Amino acid sequence: MILMSKGTFLLEIGLEEMPARFVTNSMDQLADNVEDWLKNHRLSFDNIKKYSTPRRLAIVIEGLDDKQADMEEEAKGPSKKIAIDSEGNWTKAAQGFSRGQGVSVEELYFKELKGEEYVFAKKFTEGQSTDVLLKGLKDVILSMQFPKNMKWGSHNLKYVRPIKWLVALFDSKVIPFGIADVHTNNTTLGHRFLGGFATLMKADDYINVLMGEHVIVDPVERKLAIRQQITELSAVEGWNIPIDEDLLEEVNNLVEYPTVLYGSFDERYLNIPEEVLITSMREHQRYFPVKDGDGKLLPYFVTVRNGDHRHLDNVRKGNEKVLRARLADAEFFYQEDLKKPLEEGLKRLESIVYHVELGSIGDKVRRIKELALTLGKDLDMTGERLAKVERAALLSKADLVTHMVGEFPELEGRMGEEYALKSGEDEEVAKGIYEHYLPKQAGDEPPATDIGAIVSVSDKLDTVVTSFGIGLIPTGSQDPHGLRRQTAGIVQIFLTHGWDLDLIQVLTEGIDVAEKRGLLKRDKESVKEDLVEFLKLRVKNLLQEQGVRYDVVDAVLKTDLGQIKTLVNKAHFLQDQLVNPEFKQVVEAFSRVTNISKKATDVRVDFDSNLLEGEAEKELYNSVQEVQAKVRDYLKTGKISFAYEELKGLVPKIHDYFDNTMVMAEDTTLRNNRLKQMQETSKIITTFADFQSIVFHSEE
Amino acid sequence: MNVQDMILTLQKFWSKQNCLILQAYDVEKGAGTMNPMTFLRSIGPEPWNVAYVEPSRRPADGRYGENPNRLYQHHQFQVIMKPSPDNIQELYLNSLRELGINPEEHDIRFVEDNWEAPTLAAWGLGWEVWLDGMEITQFTYFQQVGGLDASPVAVEITYGIERLASYIQNKENVFDLEWVNGFTYGDVFLQNEYEQSKYSFEIADSNMLFNLFSTYEREAKRTLEANLVIPAYDYVLKCSHVFNLLDAQGAISVTERTGYIGRVRQLARECAKHYYEIRESLGFPMLKKEGNDTHE
Repeated sequence: MILMSKGTFLLEIGLEEMPARFVTNSMDQLADNVEDWLKNHRLSFDNIKKYSTPRRLAIVIEGLDDKQADMEEEAKGPSKKIAIDSEGNWTKAAQGFSRGQGVSVEELYFKELKGEEYVFAKKFTEGQSTDVLLKGLKDVILSMQFPKNMKWGSHNLKYVRPIKWLVALFDSKVIPFGIADVHTNNTTLGHRFLGGFATLMKADDYINVLMGEHVIVDPVERKLAIRQQITELSAVEGWNIPIDEDLLEEVNNLVEYPTVLYGSFDERYLNIPEEVLITSMREHQRYFPVKDGDGKLLPYFVTVRNGDHRHLDNVRKGNEKVLRARLADAEFFYQEDLKKPLEEGLKRLESIVYHVELGSIGDKVRRIKELALTLGKDLDMTGERLAKVERAALLSKADLVTHMVGEFPELEGRMGEEYALKSGEDEEVAKGIYEHYLPKQAGDEPPATDIGAIVSVSDKLDTVVTSFGIGLIPTGSQDPHGLRRQTAGIVQIFLTHGWDLDLIQVLTEGIDVAEKRGLLKRDKESVKEDLVEFLKLRVKNLLQEQGVRYDVVDAVLKTDLGQIKTLVNKAHFLQDQLVNPEFKQVVEAFSRVTNISKKATDVRVDFDSNLLEGEAEKELYNSVQEVQAKVRDYLKTGKISFAYEELKGLVPKIHDYFDNTMVMAEDTTLRNNRLKQMQETSKIITTFADFQSIVFHSEE
Repeated sequence: MNVQDMILTLQKFWSKQNCLILQAYDVEKGAGTMNPMTFLRSIGPEPWNVAYVEPSRRPADGRYGENPNRLYQHHQFQVIMKPSPDNIQELYLNSLRELGINPEEHDIRFVEDNWEAPTLAAWGLGWEVWLDGMEITQFTYFQQVGGLDASPVAVEITYGIERLASYIQNKENVFDLEWVNGFTYGDVFLQNEYEQSKYSFEIADSNMLFNLFSTYEREAKRTLEANLVIPAYDYVLKCSHVFNLLDAQGAISVTERTGYIGRVRQLARECAKHYYEIRESLGFPMLKKEGNDTHE
């Protein structure tokens, strides 16, 4: 027996510059797919390392066996009856089976299976040599999935970018295959300008050879290098350079050999709002802005060059020149925008289409305003505060027609606030304009002010309601208008602001505003039903994110949505009760009532207390009478535990009742009346939760 | 290097790469891509290598000659190679060296930029090329042209002449660029910038333009019915320019905008289809052409 030996395998796909945003995912994908491939091919290895730059995706497999594991399989053939004829000779069937398995008939043997004997063969497959198998990685390369593919030259292959070279090297042996006229070799290519072709004597040399060609191929190392250089620069200059992780990731995938440098710009541009400067530097130029110790922006920027320290002055001057032009543009837009008060933009909103079926942005603003006023009144706002809500709603979208938002759409709201202040609007109104876009995405803070919160909910509510009204309902992963996010935003605002409004009532107000304008293209009731369901799913997600068990979530969601805050508190209250030993009995008692009360659905008579016979019936009746109003009051005022305690007080009476009362009495009148009593009792219990949904596992 | 020398240098360079050096097309257009030498010739299997300077009109970018960077009309140096050669990036970088830009002394990057021309039903993938942070070139592998899949794929390299020149000559204002000894860019184009901007924003009669659009559109269709794709395409270009003028005036609302773009795109698609069919009926003559073995 020959001892297996282990080696290192390198696979490198050389490409024309990939989009930065695809690099990391593609690298991960290549490593995962290669790993799966190795496992499927019974190739054992110690570890896989993954590397990438804008121009290459690579993996290095260390400790790869040079031979595939052998395989012994047992194959079942025909039954003995069929395999051997009356004279004891192998039949055609048996011979066929042995041929198929590549063994001689002498090697066949019998085994009993469920009382019957069958022919078996042991099939031994010797593992192939790894270097032969590795050619199959071509298929792994070809099966890579990219968000966007392209064709080039006369090739039919579609790939992320044109393939320029391929390295497939097992220790020092080239594994030969080719893709789109490119053949594997042991030659890699270094930095576009500082490196060149380099031969890899063995796969293990990969990192060092590339380093010699000015490529830091390990993205983790490269990112670290950028971070360290930025940190050093901050220390030397006494700056504070906040590192935006997304930007760092992008920059890291734009360079193979990073050198950090800084440039400056004219101080007068610091008069432009900071966010504009930062956005301009980040979005257009991928620069890191520079701040002082107090977080104030300084007239410098930091950029990362794909190259070394030589001729840095050229690079600095070039970048300064570009930024100068950009900032001059931004300054021009800012000055132009400031020439007119923000309100002037309103009339132009009339000609911007919001949605073909839903009118202009101007139309939307009118709906937001009406909703905001209604919501403000629901929240008992009056006079000046209500006027501010109205004003913020009116101006909420006015910045969409400014030059600056045209240039930097992501500054919507921010510019609205800025221009509102410059136009002499009230500070709270200005803040409200900014805040009405919040939360922009999951994890964002909601509006801090109530004015911002009201306008935000009004805007989101309008978007969601009118979309549902014309049948634009998110399905599966399809949610192009972000309706899920916006609805979750509404819920988040209700909770953080502690609004004790009935969410369904607010939803209905939104539907009414849309209906009044003829924007419901579907039946009003079904729009509402769909929206309530949609809303419930958002609440469900929220509760599950907060760690509430799914059955508890179901229990509270089966009650009326009502005040969202109360509902969430109820869920957490019940979740806490799960560990309370007596909780199970409470749930069982309540469930029993609810369960039997279902039989009352078809009972058409009214409950009559005069028909109550036993003490237990009367006791329960009196107790329910007593707690009913209290439970409702407590729930309305959010006193969850008080409401629960009242209900819990019913438990002994319920037990008593069932011990002494036969609900399904022979006498129809009695039976119906008892069912009605159960229904009444169940009704008050389920205002709190549908306790039946709560699951207790047998071991608990 | 002055602008004139830059253009001559690029022409000489690409000529050496076996590109035909042609001239700008004489119908108004927003980009060199719209020149039939690019749009039509990148359709179908016939090889095609060409380079030319294209004055490109963007009425909405007009600034009366007052903005140091924005222009009603700028110049593109356009290169088309079909099929795209394997070493096209290296060729391009060599062209920069010819212009005196040594990549080792700068920071040159290929940053993802996907190009789409909705009015041409054309799109491609590629990059914008950054020179020390400045976008100097658009580099695109055409994937679809006129709604037809590109096969083989043509690569388009579009140098922004003014951008590149402002870098090379280290000028802050485009009008200060030296076109050739003693002549600045302003000497040549300033009045043009002012008058065209004024015309586009203030004087152009939008009613007339709306009428022209429809007239040109009808004529394009009528011409296509006669199976004359090149004159038909001229009217598509005219539609596109008229649309750009109307757009600069803000005469077209957002909803209508989609409609107008759709109408131009429909015409472009028709032209592409006709062009392909005509070339096919001719047996794709360039495929057989002797001496067209310059690449691959």
